[in-house]
Amino acid sequence: MALTRFGSKLVLVAGLVALGTASTAMAQSMNDVEKAAKERGLTTQDLLAAAKTYTPTGMKDEYVIMSSGGHSGQVFVIGVPSMRMLRSIAVFTPESWQGYGFGVGNEILDEGNVMGKENRWGDTHHPALSETNGDYDGDWLFVNDKSNARMAVIDLRDFETKQIIKNPLFINDHGGAFVTPNTDYVFETAQYNVPWGADYSPMSKYKENFRGAVTMWKFDREAGRIDKNKSFAIELPPYWQDIADCGKLVSDGYFFLNSINTELAVGGIGDPGERKPPFEAGVSMNATDYLHIINWKKAEKLFEAGKYSMIKGFPVISLEDAIADGLLHVTPEPRSPHGVDVTPKGDFIVVSGKLDPHTTVYSFDKIKNAIANKTYSGHDEFGVPVLDFDAVMEAQVEVGLGPLHTQFGPDGYAYTSLFLDSAVARWTLGGSYGDLNPEPDWTLVQKTPVHYNIGHLGVAEGDTVSPDGKFLVAYNKWSVDRFIGTGPLLPQNFQLLDISEQGTNMPVIYDMPMGVGEPHYAQIIKADKLHPWAVYPEIGWDPMTQAVDPWAPRPKMERVERKGEHEVEVFMTAVRSHFTPEHVTVKQGDKVTWRITNTERAVDATHGFSIPVYNITLSLEPGETATVEFIADTAGTFPFYCTEFCSALHLEMMGYLMVEPNE
Amino acid sequence: MPSFIDHIIGPRVDQSDLQRHGMKYGAPGFLLLIARVLLLVAIFVPFWHMELVAPQYPNNLQLTAYVNHLAGDVDEINSLNHYIGMRPLEEAAQIERSVGVYVLILFVVMLEFAGYIHSRWAVLLVLPVLTFPGVFLIDLYLWMSHFGMNLDPSAPLSNSVDPFVPPILGSGFIGQFETISSAGPGLILSTMASVVMVVALYFHRRAYLPLVKAQRSAAKSNSNPE
Repeated sequence: MALTRFGSKLVLVAGLVALGTASTAMAQSMNDVEKAAKERGLTTQDLLAAAKTYTPTGMKDEYVIMSSGGHSGQVFVIGVPSMRMLRSIAVFTPESWQGYGFGVGNEILDEGNVMGKENRWGDTHHPALSETNGDYDGDWLFVNDKSNARMAVIDLRDFETKQIIKNPLFINDHGGAFVTPNTDYVFETAQYNVPWGADYSPMSKYKENFRGAVTMWKFDREAGRIDKNKSFAIELPPYWQDIADCGKLVSDGYFFLNSINTELAVGGIGDPGERKPPFEAGVSMNATDYLHIINWKKAEKLFEAGKYSMIKGFPVISLEDAIADGLLHVTPEPRSPHGVDVTPKGDFIVVSGKLDPHTTVYSFDKIKNAIANKTYSGHDEFGVPVLDFDAVMEAQVEVGLGPLHTQFGPDGYAYTSLFLDSAVARWTLGGSYGDLNPEPDWTLVQKTPVHYNIGHLGVAEGDTVSPDGKFLVAYNKWSVDRFIGTGPLLPQNFQLLDISEQGTNMPVIYDMPMGVGEPHYAQIIKADKLHPWAVYPEIGWDPMTQAVDPWAPRPKMERVERKGEHEVEVFMTAVRSHFTPEHVTVKQGDKVTWRITNTERAVDATHGFSIPVYNITLSLEPGETATVEFIADTAGTFPFYCTEFCSALHLEMMGYLMVEPNE
Repeated sequence: MPSFIDHIIGPRVDQSDLQRHGMKYGAPGFLLLIARVLLLVAIFVPFWHMELVAPQYPNNLQLTAYVNHLAGDVDEINSLNHYIGMRPLEEAAQIERSVGVYVLILFVVMLEFAGYIHSRWAVLLVLPVLTFPGVFLIDLYLWMSHFGMNLDPSAPLSNSVDPFVPPILGSGFIGQFETISSAGPGLILSTMASVVMVVALYFHRRAYLPLVKAQRSAAKSNSNPE
């Protein structure tokens, strides 16, 4: 008897399920699968989705999402296709589980102080994995903070933040982080413009005083840090520079950056007197804004030749020089654009104007020719040459309402998020991509509804020179009715789409509530490109220097040492299930330098260390050494203890800090 | 009359005899050569292995004893053992491990000499080597029982674990751990060497005993002329 369509798919599902539960599969049959599906009201399609995403214990994911956390100030690491959250990475915001900002990590957070003020949160937007030859290499991750224009460097050996660097010129960024194909530079662009260094200026002097800019942060791979001394900025017109992308392969050396508010609107709704349009209207008046085309290799030469001035202690190539040197051009783009994305071969640039139902595709060849032949339609009011739109435009594809961001598959498809339509559009590229799929060039193929209000989207390795396709994740802003209510603040919804088939079939196969932050962009990297340490390489490891700390306490050398009349140094080790020494006595007012090493070598044998009153809590992963300093200004008896459930005698892993009162 | 040295090294084989019965006289030396090679290889490979199986260690814990060092998850096993008051494993058999390689090299040399000795004294050189695998296991057992039976009474879990000796070969249980001990290739090789040595001694006796007897009777007849 022939199996029905339903039945044959069910067999497939059962086969996959059986693979995962080999030990118990014997007792199970298709009937059980059918029964369970029926009880929960699942369709064949649901079961197929389950088979593609369900990840039994021990099985590992094929891809990893590196997601920004929005104003949680963190980064989240998520497995695909299981959509399981693997961990968070504290970046701009102190986080007590990781012991970040409570005795350790404070010096990194302090690097991010703004105008001498502590800012202990961030608005992470666009994580960027380091690249080698335009492909993710799995070594480093960069992420920007929109709220205070800062950039952070995360080391993917231990998934910890190593550096925060404050942009000295502007106070707000959106276009960051974007890396060049070999991670020579990390780009950060201003969004809400201010005068240099956020100095005071009345809004009436917007055009005179306010500045746009892009900063090229030089990344030193050896040191694992951004080298501020080799970094510089290029002054741009005071538009709101927005998202950007680096050229690759044929367009390597170029940087594409869109902008809004070429109207130079200053807002002012609610001001007394003259009625002014709010920003939302003011910045949307022109039919087009400007796509910036920057030859960053030229800019680098200019910087190396010393053609810059120091502004707020930072080298800046002036707008005048940038124009004169021919490193900056603009061209019209549909108004209020959001995403600008370079195709895998670097030959096309896709821009989506969120108030225009088309994506606009520019040809890099045509851009190059237009620059060479000076095919200008004019200059903007700051003297920047405007490349003639018709001379550089390759195609416009009507994809739907509110197109935002685009990524690419390996088979000539582009995927664009449609905010207003709440959908993901699949459309075809032309040119050399045309033969990779059966559909005609530059046409919409399919729209899959998502839930709801999609912002960015990510395709597996979809912004590299070799996209993998297979999976697409819609980073939806609203979840509305998708999950059990958790009060008025709802999670976002990360929706996984299966894009492995060509044509019109690209179903949603999983929903993941994102209830710990408000992610913007996320990149999806093949899991086997990541090579994190299982434990720190040696006992006494300092994660800040990624080397053994010569001062690290070691077994049998634990002690409490008085260094001077008011200074005490503690050398402590932590191992299951005790601290050595367990009693630490100091005098009130002593400056205490507390060094502690987790001497474990077993995977996952992390110890916590916390001291009450003094606001100290650390996470000490196997091998890690940490040093905390504090003034023991409050006398008393303070039990310190291990906060990680490390062992059967975890509860007993404690000791006492006794601070003797002054007479 | 043969000197003392001659007496020890035994009778030499006549050149013509050697040509005629090459196999007979070559066998003991050849077999001892095999034993020497086996022992030489054993220096470099594990002698003994214990695997500790518990739910929270998906790859199990491994303890491997070479003739001169311990390998595997020694730190982790030590850190677990401290709960029951067992001393760190490195403190066991320190002398044995420090001389292990030299002893095996000495054994190889002894077997080489044994090949040249055509008297019963060859047994004296072979016997220590022959018994080595057994001595190794006995030593291992003694250390295991010494460590397992002398737990620090002030250790955290001393009340919940009675002194114990895990089997040195085969499996046993301690706490949530199953211990599986097995001979490593080194122990197997040295045991094979011992078997080869026994066979070598058999052929040695078969080849040289008649010569020794002949020499003796010749000596007797020399000293007691009719």
